[in-house]
Amino acid sequence: MSNVPDKVDHDLPEQHEREHHIVSPKIYLTILIALLVGTAVTVWASYVNLGIFNPVVALAIACTKATLVVLYFMHVKYGTKLTKLTVGAGIFTFLILVGMTLADYFTRAWGRW
Amino acid sequence: MSTDTIVSLPDQSTARVPKVNFLSKENGLLSWLLTGDHKRIAILYLISITFFFFIGGALAGLIRLELLTPQSDLMATDTYNKVFTMHGIIMIFFFLVPSVPATLGNFFIPMMIGAKDLALPKINLLSWYLYMAAGILALYTMMTGGVDTGWTFTTPLSTHYVNTNVLTTGVAVFIAGFSSIFTGLNFIVTIHKMRAPGMTWFRLPLFVWAHYAASILMVLGTPVLAIAIVLVALERTMGIGVFDPTKGGDPILFQHLFWFYSHPAVYIMILPGMGVISETISTFSRKRVFGYTAVAFSSVAIAVFGFFVWAHHMFIMGISNYSMLVFSLLTMLVAVPSAIKIFNWAFTLYKGSITFETPMLYTFGFMGLFTIGGLTGVFLGTSGTDIHLTETYFIVAHFHFVMVGGMLMAFLAGVHFWWPKMTGRMYPEKISQLAAVVTFIGFNLTFFPQFILGTLGMPRRYASYPAEFQILNVFSTAGATILGVGYLLPVLYLTWSLKYGAIAGNNPWQATGLEWQTQSPPLTENFPEIPIMDHEAYDYEWLDGQKEKEVVIVG
Amino acid sequence: MARKKKRWSLSDRPVIVTGVAEGAHHEHLPYQRHHFETIAQQNDATNFAMWLFLLTEIMFFGGLFTAYLIYRNWYYPAFVSASHQLSIPLGGVNTLLLICSSFTMAMGVWSAEMKKKGALVLCLILTFILGTGFLGIKTVEYGEKIEKHHVPGIHYSLNSFLYPDSDEAARVAKDHALPLDMARHTEIYFFLYFAMTGMHALHMIIGVAILAFMIARAQAGAYTTGHVTFVENFGLYWHFVDIVWIFLFPLLYLISRH
Repeated sequence: MSNVPDKVDHDLPEQHEREHHIVSPKIYLTILIALLVGTAVTVWASYVNLGIFNPVVALAIACTKATLVVLYFMHVKYGTKLTKLTVGAGIFTFLILVGMTLADYFTRAWGRW
Repeated sequence: MSTDTIVSLPDQSTARVPKVNFLSKENGLLSWLLTGDHKRIAILYLISITFFFFIGGALAGLIRLELLTPQSDLMATDTYNKVFTMHGIIMIFFFLVPSVPATLGNFFIPMMIGAKDLALPKINLLSWYLYMAAGILALYTMMTGGVDTGWTFTTPLSTHYVNTNVLTTGVAVFIAGFSSIFTGLNFIVTIHKMRAPGMTWFRLPLFVWAHYAASILMVLGTPVLAIAIVLVALERTMGIGVFDPTKGGDPILFQHLFWFYSHPAVYIMILPGMGVISETISTFSRKRVFGYTAVAFSSVAIAVFGFFVWAHHMFIMGISNYSMLVFSLLTMLVAVPSAIKIFNWAFTLYKGSITFETPMLYTFGFMGLFTIGGLTGVFLGTSGTDIHLTETYFIVAHFHFVMVGGMLMAFLAGVHFWWPKMTGRMYPEKISQLAAVVTFIGFNLTFFPQFILGTLGMPRRYASYPAEFQILNVFSTAGATILGVGYLLPVLYLTWSLKYGAIAGNNPWQATGLEWQTQSPPLTENFPEIPIMDHEAYDYEWLDGQKEKEVVIVG
Repeated sequence: MARKKKRWSLSDRPVIVTGVAEGAHHEHLPYQRHHFETIAQQNDATNFAMWLFLLTEIMFFGGLFTAYLIYRNWYYPAFVSASHQLSIPLGGVNTLLLICSSFTMAMGVWSAEMKKKGALVLCLILTFILGTGFLGIKTVEYGEKIEKHHVPGIHYSLNSFLYPDSDEAARVAKDHALPLDMARHTEIYFFLYFAMTGMHALHMIIGVAILAFMIARAQAGAYTTGHVTFVENFGLYWHFVDIVWIFLFPLLYLISRH
């Protein structure tokens, strides 16, 4: 089969062993504790006056927690490149929707040229 | 006009349609209604969308009839509003969006990649049922009073000022959206995970690339339409205030969410058609598509950039000046990949052996009319000119050129091109060429005057207009009549061909592509065993080599 | 561009249709569908399909988050006062419940992969209980809102915001009275509160229902014979619903408490 490429195509699972990495419960436990700590911190931080940084801190903690869930609970860290690309594409499109719509609202107050 | 033809049919005195094929495998209504076979689902879709196309077409006929005279004399203005709204909703959601993907895409993507079916056959069937449920609901809406907001459901009109069936129509569109999402999801999984050995990404037919790009748009864009409809429903029923200025809401927010989907929607509609054109232009020039990589990447580029430009539908609605600037510039960017395709198709024709069978006639029609439509899109993307041209007949002409002159012609090209494969029968060539020419003439007579009407200032969505616009409107209606004939003819002769058409054989067009290497109609499992792909796409020399040792498989 | 090769690699076979893919023998396990060549391909495909479905969910909630961010920016004082009407203890407990349920769900997937039926059933039951607990607390919260006429619509009441002394939650948070037009905008906050948590709760209800089905099937041993994709893919859905709440909690409850 000289015309069939030798390079393994990672989209075709029958051409190589499917990586089935089983994540250990220890890791799950660590992530659980991290998430619980994150929750406590975010509640505590809302009672502290950080001025303009309050929402920034809250969102940063939320994003970190979400990242941990995605990477470890949802196995993306041990997954294929395709999975990572898919998650990235979703986040990217979400950011476009939010970002470009908000950009309209924020710039309305800029008035005329 | 060349008298050459590339059609190569088997000897009609001895040829038979293969006894065992996907149509004859099982009989009975349930074997169709509960099928998992992507080919049967494609046929179910083909029948359904044809049905809805003619309903939408009848509504278009009513519009053109009303516009024969300057006064609103055929129907009340409210009724006219309902007619054009339903024409838009049915044509967009129940014809254009599913047209090529759900029929030709469903049928041929698995065959083109060398798979036995789509990845999720049950989801495929569910998709058709959702489409039918949504369609029946939309018809119910029509019969119980209709909706008159325009297909764009603009707030606060749709939420606060009309008493028509906004809610029911919204639900119908919501359900149809999920039908679309499931189709796109299925295609993406299939194209990633079910390609035959040797079928690398860059050996895929460009038809598959186009559907891949359209599917990304379906999956990522349609949910935003869904939430926009949910919010309109909540606003109408509970008065929550999200789009209500008196409660602090912003009606423009609806438009942001609506157009975030509806602009990618136009690419969902056109990309599969472009995929068809890549296939037909190659086959009828006997030449590989020029710049395969460019055409493949331009499909994905259209999908990606298509997400960045939605507010060009909102230039006069109250967005900030800076948004206008940004979206206008980005709109210029999105025109580039489409132009790249047109150039590449043109270079495919150059030094090719061109023949003028019906699919090629529709293809030429596409290239000319889509180019005109696309160029006028650039005028509209320029915010300065858009301020004068928006909400006029210029817009109507623009989108009909790209959607009807472009997409519908591509759909007809595809149906004719793959008809012999799907049914085992050839359609009658002379009358189909006549229908294609009639359609082309009718189309131009209908929609070109509308560009002029738009620049002269005739507004869209108005039942009455100043008397000086009448002559152009009369041309337009005359053209619409001719166009109607042109669309009716295929239904008649294609149905006729099912019984009386010539037996097509495996590969009447001598086309490349895995689907042409099997019997017509195909077996239920497409291939007895998964093939191995060992040549590039559009490899006509490989095809010549195959013919030397061809064995025709008959069931 | 491709070089044109003149060799036909399938030289001993007449038509490509009869070619056989190497290594694609039909190992037909009972749960393998016929259009897949191997069970690995089937698992990969269904997993990818679930991720794509989650993408649609991201975009669906995205519209609501967009609306939230716009109106919070426009009506910040209204959002602050209105958010003080929510109970942080209840919201916090709900967050803890969901995070733990994510953990138990992940452990459930692990149990299925390790073919431990008892552990799997236990994990699924725990996830079910935690999820139902979340919904129960949500019902209590919604009840409170209905009582106080904070549901957007005809019966919406501005009293808590015009006269903060008359309202316990506003007193505790030391709210100032809002001017009338800003007080009206609290209705938009509550619309977003109900829409976002309601949409989230709808997804939870569907998840809990599927969990009930899964517990029955797990008890029958369906997921501990090596075929774990259903549990895995449901796990993805459950984690996604958890992630949505991870964002909803600070955005709705913790806007400003100082």
